[in-house]
Amino acid sequence: MKSIESVNDFVIKFANVNGTGSASANSLFAKAIFRMGVPVSPKNIFPSNIQGLPTWYEVRVSDKGYLGRRGGVDIALSVNPQSMADDIREVEPGGYFIYDNTKPLDLRQHRNDISIIGLPLTRICNKEYDDPRQRQLFKNVIYVGALAALLDIDFKVLTGLVEDQFKGKKNLVLPNIHALELGHQYARANVECPIGIRVEHSDMVGDKILLDGNEALGLGALYGGATVAAWYPITPSTSVVDAFEKYAKRVRIDPGTGRRNYAIVQGEDELAAIGMAIGASWNGSRAFTATSGPGVSLMSEFLGLAYFAEIPTVLFNVQRAGPSTGMPTRTQQSDVLACAYASHGDTKQVLLFPSTPKECFDFGAQAFDLAERLQTPIILMSDLDLGMNDNMSEPLSWDDERKYDRGKVMTEEELEAGTEFGRYLDVDGDAICYRTYPGTHPTRGSFFTRGTSRNEYAVYSENGEDYEANMLRLLRKWDTINEHVPAPVTVDCGHETDTAVLYFGTSEESSREALDYLAEEGIFMNAMRVRAFPFNSEVQQFIESHVQVFVIEQNRDAQLRTLLMAEFEFGPDILKSVLCFDGTPISARNIRKQIKKHLNGDNVLPLHRKASLSGVGETL
Amino acid sequence: MSYQLPKFRHPELPVNDLGYTKADYEGAISTLCAGCGHDSISGAIVRACHELSIEPHKIAKLSGIGCSSKTPTYFLGNSHGFNSVHGRMPSVVTGAALANRDLLYMGVSGDGDTASIGMGQFAHVARRNLNMVYIIMNNGCYGLTKGQDSATADRGSASKKGDPNLYSSIDLCGTALQMGATFIGRSFSGDKEQLVPLIKAAMSHRGFALIDVISPCVTFNNNLASTKSYEFVREHSEATGTIDFVPMHKEITTEYEPGSSHEVTLHDGSSIHLYKVDDSFDPFSRRSAMGALEEHRNEGNILTGLIYMNKDSRDLHEVIETSQRPLNELEEVDLCPGNKMLVNINASLR
Repeated sequence: MKSIESVNDFVIKFANVNGTGSASANSLFAKAIFRMGVPVSPKNIFPSNIQGLPTWYEVRVSDKGYLGRRGGVDIALSVNPQSMADDIREVEPGGYFIYDNTKPLDLRQHRNDISIIGLPLTRICNKEYDDPRQRQLFKNVIYVGALAALLDIDFKVLTGLVEDQFKGKKNLVLPNIHALELGHQYARANVECPIGIRVEHSDMVGDKILLDGNEALGLGALYGGATVAAWYPITPSTSVVDAFEKYAKRVRIDPGTGRRNYAIVQGEDELAAIGMAIGASWNGSRAFTATSGPGVSLMSEFLGLAYFAEIPTVLFNVQRAGPSTGMPTRTQQSDVLACAYASHGDTKQVLLFPSTPKECFDFGAQAFDLAERLQTPIILMSDLDLGMNDNMSEPLSWDDERKYDRGKVMTEEELEAGTEFGRYLDVDGDAICYRTYPGTHPTRGSFFTRGTSRNEYAVYSENGEDYEANMLRLLRKWDTINEHVPAPVTVDCGHETDTAVLYFGTSEESSREALDYLAEEGIFMNAMRVRAFPFNSEVQQFIESHVQVFVIEQNRDAQLRTLLMAEFEFGPDILKSVLCFDGTPISARNIRKQIKKHLNGDNVLPLHRKASLSGVGETL
Repeated sequence: MSYQLPKFRHPELPVNDLGYTKADYEGAISTLCAGCGHDSISGAIVRACHELSIEPHKIAKLSGIGCSSKTPTYFLGNSHGFNSVHGRMPSVVTGAALANRDLLYMGVSGDGDTASIGMGQFAHVARRNLNMVYIIMNNGCYGLTKGQDSATADRGSASKKGDPNLYSSIDLCGTALQMGATFIGRSFSGDKEQLVPLIKAAMSHRGFALIDVISPCVTFNNNLASTKSYEFVREHSEATGTIDFVPMHKEITTEYEPGSSHEVTLHDGSSIHLYKVDDSFDPFSRRSAMGALEEHRNEGNILTGLIYMNKDSRDLHEVIETSQRPLNELEEVDLCPGNKMLVNINASLR
């Protein structure tokens, strides 16, 4: 047997039981490697459950800086007998299986093509601790200590992290360090350390930070000047408002009165949440709501109102696997069409697609400027993978000279001076009209906001010409929006090629890695990352300048591809699909496999085979 | 279609303390059916606002969908209005009120809009004690879709079509009481003498003020077998008492017989004088109010007047301790912590 040998390049997967405190120990492991200057990408794969079901934590370690899922597992660390059979099966040939051997491994699960390493974690804990909760919690810390020995992780970095984490709580620092040492010493004394896979100090992290997208969004809303947050709890978006509140409590308290310069209301449902956001925006506050797929379905009626009545609205959608309740704790990019055309009648909604926590922060703040400038809903499309996992990201920054763009709002002075006001009167010829806040002027500038048709002065009208003129103006406005939203990012492969890939959001990192794999095999492709809908004209030019473009996305129905075909009238001959929708983030190996299949012509299948082909998104 | 009223006014129309005539509080001409109870309620709102000398632009009027929700077009033409989504007016008002606590929020809804599609939002806006007036124009039927029974139609009551309603009716005052509303009144569109002071008191109350106004639908639900017809309501309503509303800045000139009235001072310094019909009823007790509602229902009567009021009401802004300055007036300097904080946050994430 040839064991895998590598330095700073591997995938480790922890198999735990939900609710046993494993998440914090596992993140301690990931952060230690990050602090050693090696890029990491931890992904929490957790059940929709509070306690008892299997949960996994997969950490990609890559000196090359690949942050997406690679596919495959080099090291499995298993402390959950429930999932052990699957966990051991998943290990790459030559890989390592580390498990709690207090209870010996079932012989039927044994494999000869991998290294199997036993650590008597339960026995160590039972000997060391009397309290059952301590036995459970410290078991996790002990295996992190053992891993440090097995992978040659700098032990001082680990203890430093514990000290930082429990700053000021000495009674927590020492027991945790002790538990780390227990594991470390056991491994050193009983197992050959290090194994073939090692971690070395590196300098590939630079000034980057480890942050989850939801916290970045909460901060974006705070910096973007949001004062009203209305929401309803739903995985995986809940921590967006939690983060907003955490920071608002620190910096939005009026120093004189101690009162709050923000308001957060937990609604009775998502209908109420977006209703409140719309009411507050209508009244001149910056407001937002955060939700996920089922919430978007409920909010659709209100999104139509905000589109039609032109009320700035900011919605953060942290996508999860649908349809219906779907897989609530698994990731997908499957709300693209539901959001792009949210609500009945002719509606089009502006979408922003961030890829990193930094972009969550930037786009999150920018969403408020866009909403007020364009007087329409802005839907920011994050997903569970980006939102709930620590992602390595560029640091956050803010230009202190920056002013909020509050859009076209007529003031009391302008009204007093006799400026003509019609809420839907296109005076500037850019299809964006002036609004007024309630309470501005005693006798001028009031108007009636409604979801029914009206004329330019906001007076109810069932006249077909009034209705049509308004709908056409909305379309004219729509046609200018692609100049305001973030432009796509193109990566030229530096070689003559007629094929390309196009992706958005969290498919970026794995796509980048897959393209490197393909380039090593002599297959060169250009790449474009779309960052918003409506699509910039560059997107059309990019697609037209290639013969074949693979659209990589994490849903079953190729939703972005559908949107591209609808907006630009491309045919299926140009746009090909690379899909993953099993609820895990798309992996680089999966993308490579699907693209190669197409390029080799393997994608032309007889109909009967096509029907029986299981899961194009099969994970490698 | 909405028609604007002619602008010409009699030069000697009485003006209020701010110099506004009643006409300054009117809206477009109603397009509801002639004789609709809702128009009388619009009239009462106009009168209450004029007499209270509220600047028209300091009121925001919001509604859901239905005949009732059309009425904000027909009053307060100088106020911002918002005709939102069916049953969802409470959430829109909640957001608006959070953004600017200095305006007065007048929500108008109907029995379909509140007791069916909007029941959830109604319950929760009451429970949050949002500082607003919530007027229900309650006719027991869906007018705009031609007379289907609503959830407030009494069991056995029949609309013009003739089929008696099979289901239990929802008493919105009782529901609001359960949910934690801090001001609850009921009135009848045909009784302006009762309705106008109730609206004024509701506008001065700090917290969620509900007025359930029985407002007969002349087209679909004003027949003999209906319990929401003009005739039935006139014969079966029983008032808790009468009230007078005295704004803070008005000198109290009316003479009251000692002991006959109960004076209640509101947050803004104005006061309500309450004449109770029956001493056993206490409008400051939830239990008494609930009992009175049940008792009158048992007798087949409709209890009107001020049903409940919590004098120590704390509204949503008080509960969540929002700034006294309206949130929509805050600027970058108040809202944005600047790059320095991000530098520290970045450092903590390495």
